[in-house]
Amino acid sequence: MTKTLYDKIWDAHVVGQRSDGATILYIDHHLLHEVTSPQAFEGLRLTGRSPWRLGANLATPDHNVPTQNRAAGVEGIEDPIAREQIITLDRNCNDFGIRQFDMTDPRQGIVHVIGPEQGATLPGTTIVCGDSHTSTHGAFGALAQGIGTSEVEHVLATQCLVQTRSQNLRVEVTGRLQQGVYAKDIVLAIIRLLGTAGATGHTIEYTGSAIRSLSMEGRMTVCNMSIEAGARAGLVAVDDVTLSYLEGRPFAPDGELLERAERYWRGLVSDPGAEFDLSFELDADELKPQVSWGTNPELVVDIDGVVPEPDIFDDPEKEEMAVRALKYMGLEPGAPMTELRLDRVFIGSCTNSRIEDLRIAADLVRGRKISSALKSAIVVPGSGLVKAEAEQEGLDQIFSDAGFEWRDPGCSMCLAMNADRLYPEERAASTSNRNFEGRQGYLGRTHLVSPATAVASAIAGRLADPREFM
Amino acid sequence: MESFSVHRGTLVPLDRANVDTDQIIPKQFLKSIKRTGFGENLFDAWRFIDEGEIGKNPNERKINREFIFNDPRYQGVSILLGRRNFGCGSSREHAVWALFEFGIRCVIAPSFADIFYNNCFKNRLLPIVLKEEIIEYLFGLATGPQALEVEVNLETQRLSVETADDIPFEIEPGRKEALILGLDDIGMTFMHSDEIREFEVRHRESMPWIFSHDQT
Ligand code: SF4
Repeated sequence: MTKTLYDKIWDAHVVGQRSDGATILYIDHHLLHEVTSPQAFEGLRLTGRSPWRLGANLATPDHNVPTQNRAAGVEGIEDPIAREQIITLDRNCNDFGIRQFDMTDPRQGIVHVIGPEQGATLPGTTIVCGDSHTSTHGAFGALAQGIGTSEVEHVLATQCLVQTRSQNLRVEVTGRLQQGVYAKDIVLAIIRLLGTAGATGHTIEYTGSAIRSLSMEGRMTVCNMSIEAGARAGLVAVDDVTLSYLEGRPFAPDGELLERAERYWRGLVSDPGAEFDLSFELDADELKPQVSWGTNPELVVDIDGVVPEPDIFDDPEKEEMAVRALKYMGLEPGAPMTELRLDRVFIGSCTNSRIEDLRIAADLVRGRKISSALKSAIVVPGSGLVKAEAEQEGLDQIFSDAGFEWRDPGCSMCLAMNADRLYPEERAASTSNRNFEGRQGYLGRTHLVSPATAVASAIAGRLADPREFM
Repeated sequence: MESFSVHRGTLVPLDRANVDTDQIIPKQFLKSIKRTGFGENLFDAWRFIDEGEIGKNPNERKINREFIFNDPRYQGVSILLGRRNFGCGSSREHAVWALFEFGIRCVIAPSFADIFYNNCFKNRLLPIVLKEEIIEYLFGLATGPQALEVEVNLETQRLSVETADDIPFEIEPGRKEALILGLDDIGMTFMHSDEIREFEVRHRESMPWIFSHDQT
């Protein structure tokens, strides 16, 4: 029988069936962070349970670590509640014996950046994390899913997740990306096409020439936002790009074990003729830089487009959503996107904070200055190692010379749990993944863009088309 | 865990699609290390006009009169009627904890985001999926001068309202049983401990690279 990539990974991890009919799925790897884990550890303590397989777990604080003045360590965190959460993660990892890259570890960073960076994210594995953007790891042909806190506790205790099989959805991205257009634009265009619930109950496999020619960083950006189309997970089949990325990473196998693993990994592709429940196509040749205008990631237009009229939606429910979004975002239909003035620019988040993102951004800003009209423009690398690599290449200097602030790694303004945030009615170009009301700060207005578009916008002080700067 | 079989309560209609978990419980309230304390900040940016912060006294805050939860008709509600793709966005279970602590025991919508839907069952909150037409019809009933009283019977899988026929709903039998019996989810999986162990042995043999960095 022909199988999709999803089916193959699923089948290789089925432990059995529970009496309630749900499947018990074995979990190879579990990532933890400070926000969704405390209650899970508390649950273990209350029931006297201990982690099933310690080595499956890797923890790091990311969501509310400060991105500056970190020399004083945890004790130096000003926000007492954030500090308590980070101390709690330290304590839980110590008490239970879980491997952690703590706040002072050079390898600390956003969970979805450090897993792949360490080679802990391996093809064909099942990965979970109490965070919806776990889908990022699907770029390696791993089945990676976000879970809630009760499930975090469940996975800690049993090394399994209880689930039903999802459906298969394929998005084929044909052609090749034009200059100034990137992985982020692909995924924004996909969500624009599918809608925020278009992939609910499905795992998306991204295929096609435009996906194949993406680097691992680019593939991670695409898979990262699968959840924004409602998908349980996103996947890209394994190829040479995947294998060469993994070479020499600390947690990846080497020697004979690697050879054996690679033989298996090579088979992690959907069989020819495998059936998908749904299929979509997107042509990369025609794709322009994308930018969100509304308050969810499907409300997206081309950068050279205009703020749409709500009545472009046939569905009255969507029309109403658009009306509300316009009001919240302070926009008039018909206004060109590139006329929208900005208050802040954010380059970072698990979507776009890897070395390649920073290189693209630095390349574009090299020798230029960002607009003095901006209140702030920050670059937040995804991990300590990304930061070090960027500094070695002198990218930090390029950013600082241009007027960007260069920060320490963390989620930062992606969800504004630390001091990096928007204030009411401030408008930002952001390389993150969510533009929900208040996501980047109470009454803040977010436009989701690629790193190149973010840089072009920072230079212009308004949303801008990166192709004009190339 | 407490069991759930029949619930009676009043319903609040929340007429918005894609209600995301950032709205249900804004991120500034996620810093707690406990499972409780989220109810008073449910839909914080919609229920209040001033910006919500941890520790702000709810009695001193400015209420948004236009938000349906602040309508005098819908006080003490325990059933939420929503629109499409309810609970999308972040995986935060805090959204379910906030709803539950506020008093919500059941959410009815035409569709839910996957993670939210799962999280509900872990916390005795019943998510019910109904067809768009029926949801529309319920919105009609719920927006009258009086709040709508609903009885949710999980055993018989029916919703009853005084003025109309019972509305049947579907639910996976396993999830239903777990709710009714108040089963502990982890305990249920532990009944398969031997199978998990056996699987792990086979898995370790066929894919040893997954285990090669396990601490000993
Ligand atoms: S960067 Fe943003 S989306 Fe990614 S894990 Fe952190 S908060 Fe979540």
